[in-house]
Amino acid sequence: MAELLRAEWTKFRTVRGWVLTVVAAALVTVVPGLLFAAGSHSSCSVGPIEVPCPTPPVGPDGGAVEDRFSFVHQALTGDGGLTVRLTSMTGIITYPPPDHDKIVPGLVPWAKAGIMVKDGTRPGASYAAVLLTGGHGVRMQYDFTHDTAGRPGGVSRRSPRWLRLTRSGDRLTGYESADGRRWTEVGTARLDLPDTVQIGMFANSPGDLTVKQSETGGSIGQKRFTQTTAVFDQVSRQGTWSGTEVGDGPGETDWERYHRANGLVRSGGTFTVTGTGDIAPSRDGPVFEDGLRGVPFGLVVVVVAAVLPIAAEYRRGLIRTTVLAVPRRGRALAAKAAVIGAVTFAAGLAAAAVTAPLGMSLLRANGFVLLPAPLLTQVRVIAGVGAVFALVAVFALALGALFRRAAGAVVAAVALVVLPYMLAVFSPVPDEVSRWLLRLTPAAGLAIQQSVQEYPQVLSHYTPGAGYYPLPPWAGLAVTAGYAGLALALAIRAVRRRDA
Amino acid sequence: MRRELHAEWTKLRTEPGAGRLLLGLVTLTAVTGVALTAGVTCPWDRCTQDTVKLGLTGVQLGQAFAVMLAVRMISGEYGTGLIRLTLAAMPRRTTVLAAKATLLTGLTLAGGAVAVAASLLGAGLLLPARGYPPPSPADGPTLRAALGSVLYLALIALISLGLATVLREPAAAAGTVLGLLYLFPLAVLLLPDPDWQRLLWRLSPMNAGLAVQATTGLDDLPLDPWTGLAVPAAWAAAALLAGGLALRRRDA
Repeated sequence: MAELLRAEWTKFRTVRGWVLTVVAAALVTVVPGLLFAAGSHSSCSVGPIEVPCPTPPVGPDGGAVEDRFSFVHQALTGDGGLTVRLTSMTGIITYPPPDHDKIVPGLVPWAKAGIMVKDGTRPGASYAAVLLTGGHGVRMQYDFTHDTAGRPGGVSRRSPRWLRLTRSGDRLTGYESADGRRWTEVGTARLDLPDTVQIGMFANSPGDLTVKQSETGGSIGQKRFTQTTAVFDQVSRQGTWSGTEVGDGPGETDWERYHRANGLVRSGGTFTVTGTGDIAPSRDGPVFEDGLRGVPFGLVVVVVAAVLPIAAEYRRGLIRTTVLAVPRRGRALAAKAAVIGAVTFAAGLAAAAVTAPLGMSLLRANGFVLLPAPLLTQVRVIAGVGAVFALVAVFALALGALFRRAAGAVVAAVALVVLPYMLAVFSPVPDEVSRWLLRLTPAAGLAIQQSVQEYPQVLSHYTPGAGYYPLPPWAGLAVTAGYAGLALALAIRAVRRRDA
Repeated sequence: MRRELHAEWTKLRTEPGAGRLLLGLVTLTAVTGVALTAGVTCPWDRCTQDTVKLGLTGVQLGQAFAVMLAVRMISGEYGTGLIRLTLAAMPRRTTVLAAKATLLTGLTLAGGAVAVAASLLGAGLLLPARGYPPPSPADGPTLRAALGSVLYLALIALISLGLATVLREPAAAAGTVLGLLYLFPLAVLLLPDPDWQRLLWRLSPMNAGLAVQATTGLDDLPLDPWTGLAVPAAWAAAALLAGGLALRRRDA
């Protein structure tokens, strides 16, 4: 086998056009990402003055988070808890679809109101909360990424929801009840909290997301201001309460200035808390893989680079010499696949290793605050690009051996690998169809690039166009590997059976 | 020209594959259109989606077969060395290319017409149950979208023929044409600046060419439908010119 590999490697490296095509694949991968990074700018201003953009708060696990809500709180030292009765949760949504012309009463599905224990009032600080949502019932959430479902349903004066949160050491437990007597546990969390924490009631409401198609083919997401007002009574703790707008500036919208400000209105034992914002992992800002936007471009050249050598064998009759020299034909094809796979892996790896970090620093220089990606994720993304290149090359080579026709193999490989991706990010294909395209076709492997995670409890436009793939990274790569393996097996069988 | 046409037609007719490619074009185009139409909805009870454009989305996939047909017509000859015989028998090289282009246009127009008609008929069967009127040939924009899509397919085939004549190598030719078609739209999305996006959109043969399929929201398009179709036409003219020059100047 070593000799076979050497023979195939010699064939490859001595044809200048083939080597240049692989180099071109790497260059074509690098250029679009860098152009994108160099051309994108971000600026922030306070009034007419330009200021550096604020850095988003960072959660306990190091990820960027959004942390904005109205908090009515008091200190809790040592063990203890809070029990409240939530009697009303209402809100407004500004300018919802279809006409975007009025402010309507209503709650967005992930509007939140409940009770919380938090390590101070700094945005990003560790917390645990038991809360009611606009459309997903009671939840226990902690440290931004964790979410456990409780009982579904809403709240009204007739059917109030009782909430309880207790601290015992580093263990926090959330309970809910319909009557304040029979309690059900919603969930628990183990948090690394200091002895003294802030405990209290909170309310907020994430922006209402609408997505429209842009005329040039992409989609544009817009978030509109929403606000939640929650009414609590039967508060189990006495003493003074203070109100803090965590992560929020004072009265930023006309609605807050002229209709209802965020914060606390207290009358006797009834606390009315109004808030806006979200407590969730953040997805505002460029991500590590943004520099890799050239990968689909590179893949088209990879397909050509992989088909050229096998097509040349058939066209020039070299295949007869090859088959004479190596009577075990399957092995000859496997060696060819190994060589083209290794070469394109190296090209993809090199291209990604240059363009992803360079793209990041260009974006940073242009004023963006980037979402942090752990080092291991960065390594997976860069090596993943190499793997996708290699698998697509093997797939294309196998198609070339099966069809024995260069044009047919190139068109089929591009149509199966690049076209599904293009259709998936491009209107007017519906989102659900886009997801299936990236589950079922060899384009699924592009998922290996995704460095951000999708959270069901966070409202966002989770589509391939926005960088969210329907399959987890390794599952996506496995789909592409499956296609490459199947095509190679079929090609080996065909080469064995067929007359050269 | 008659001799050349006859010779090219005989080559095409006697070699298997052309028929299968046209069948593939029709099937893929119609199946995609019908599948997408089956999923159409009326968001917020407003039936405002461009169902004609959606039903003709299959053209984006079907055109790959037109590319294959065109590349095989010329690169196939270079691969087998048949081109030397062709040019020895018919020394007027530009006329040979013109004959190939004429036949290719005829075939893709015929295949495209069947594909577009099948897509719209399929959409017509599915749409009434989904709250939309079926597409009607009496409606001006619908007719324009249908005719334009057929012409678009022929223009894509001509771009492929011209580029394949220049590049000769079938893998490189197919890769270049598909890159031109499918990567241009991705490049448009990549650009951060809306003005640059619109400029690139106007140059992209697929983006601009398929503007002819739009029946709603015409005011938002960077080019009006027929002007949009002129973009792939310009690409085709340039590619054929380059192909003709290369064929005349170069040793086969």
